[in-house]
Amino acid sequence: MRIFGTQDLWFIVQAAQWTVLLSLIAFVGGALVGLAVALARTSDNPLLQRIATAYIQLFQGTPLLMQLFLVFFGAPVLGLEISPWIAAGVALVLNTSAFLGEIWRGSIQAIPRGQWEAAEALGLHYAARMRKVVLPQAARIALPPTVGYMVQVIKGTSLAAIIGFTEVTRAGQIINNATFQPLIVFSVVGAIYFALCWPLSFWAGRIEQRQARALAR
Amino acid sequence: METGFSQTSIVNYTFQFADVLAAWPLLLKGTWITVQLSLLATLLGLAVAIVCAWGKTSGPKPLRFVINAYIELIRNTPFLVQLFFFFFALPAIGLRWSPYTAALTAMVVNLGAYATEIIRAGIESIPKGQIEAGLALNLKAHQIFRLIILKPALRAIFPALTSQFILLMLSSAVVSVISADDLTSVAANLQSQTFRSFEIYIVVTLIYLALALSFSALFRLIQARALSYPDRR
Repeated sequence: MRIFGTQDLWFIVQAAQWTVLLSLIAFVGGALVGLAVALARTSDNPLLQRIATAYIQLFQGTPLLMQLFLVFFGAPVLGLEISPWIAAGVALVLNTSAFLGEIWRGSIQAIPRGQWEAAEALGLHYAARMRKVVLPQAARIALPPTVGYMVQVIKGTSLAAIIGFTEVTRAGQIINNATFQPLIVFSVVGAIYFALCWPLSFWAGRIEQRQARALAR
Repeated sequence: METGFSQTSIVNYTFQFADVLAAWPLLLKGTWITVQLSLLATLLGLAVAIVCAWGKTSGPKPLRFVINAYIELIRNTPFLVQLFFFFFALPAIGLRWSPYTAALTAMVVNLGAYATEIIRAGIESIPKGQIEAGLALNLKAHQIFRLIILKPALRAIFPALTSQFILLMLSSAVVSVISADDLTSVAANLQSQTFRSFEIYIVVTLIYLALALSFSALFRLIQARALSYPDRR
């Protein structure tokens, strides 16, 4: 056992880069898949709709930790060698895509029907209608909840610690095992998450207020 | 947490659910602990939230600051870190408690913060004119509270509150890292005995899914039966 020193603090702070990187992977990958989920969910094809609904329900109705375990323990069964890195990345991308898909479905459906009809009347096909009329307007509505959801993504990456991926939480556990000063260690870990998440929460709140004021006018 | 798992690739894998399904009494007990933890944490968390919502809307300024700090702190840090804090950090200053109590405490503190905001929104959703209308109709004070404040407020917050309950139940899988005897802890124990990790987690994931779907169906039923008004159409 040793005293919690600057090198321990530095070890935890440095691990934050892996939390940030994993969050970015989850968010970017989740956004790409999530857009497809939202489009499928709002399409006219009943089969696509049903698949997207089931996908969303599956990921929203089960713990993120179980999703992580299923990828981590399931990949070897399929004959794939998998590191905690990839397992965490895949599970977080899938999970994020389901939640973003649901948020964006709501935003797309919030666009008044008349906008769709007007675009159709102008002779725009599905792709052009979505890209030029619906999605730009939906993006404005989607912005506050999407930024708010980024906070959930960052917090979700902490579960990667459980399968042995060394991000901030795992780094904290390692230092705690060496120093046994949990009060300092987990306060530092909490403070790092707070520093990452709070600005996003604050920003999300600000744009939501601004939009509410614009709507009230 | 160490996982007794070796990274050999098995291409022709045969699923064996027998060992997992044979352990159904353990799984049932774990499921019950998970539901019990979530229900208890929600009830206690609601009590915390009602006090905090009152403090935030009509308390003195320093109290409002403390409550805001609590809400922001909880909402911007992961539940896993909060759990470690209660399990490792508080015993270090002399509070000794079991994994179950630590898990329950972390869940209460977590839910309390989210529910405070939900309840505050519910209270603020009741327009003053509605209460005055009740007075004008010569309703008694308890009738005004029950019919004009409580029921519409509950109706307004019920969906948000129940989805928060389900979120809490699902994130409670994390308390298995301190072995709080919940469903995921049972799964982790079974895994170290049978090495059938994939099958175990498939079964346990399905149990969570069934729990989430049945609770949300139950809450929708309550919403429709007990918290709705006669249809105007």
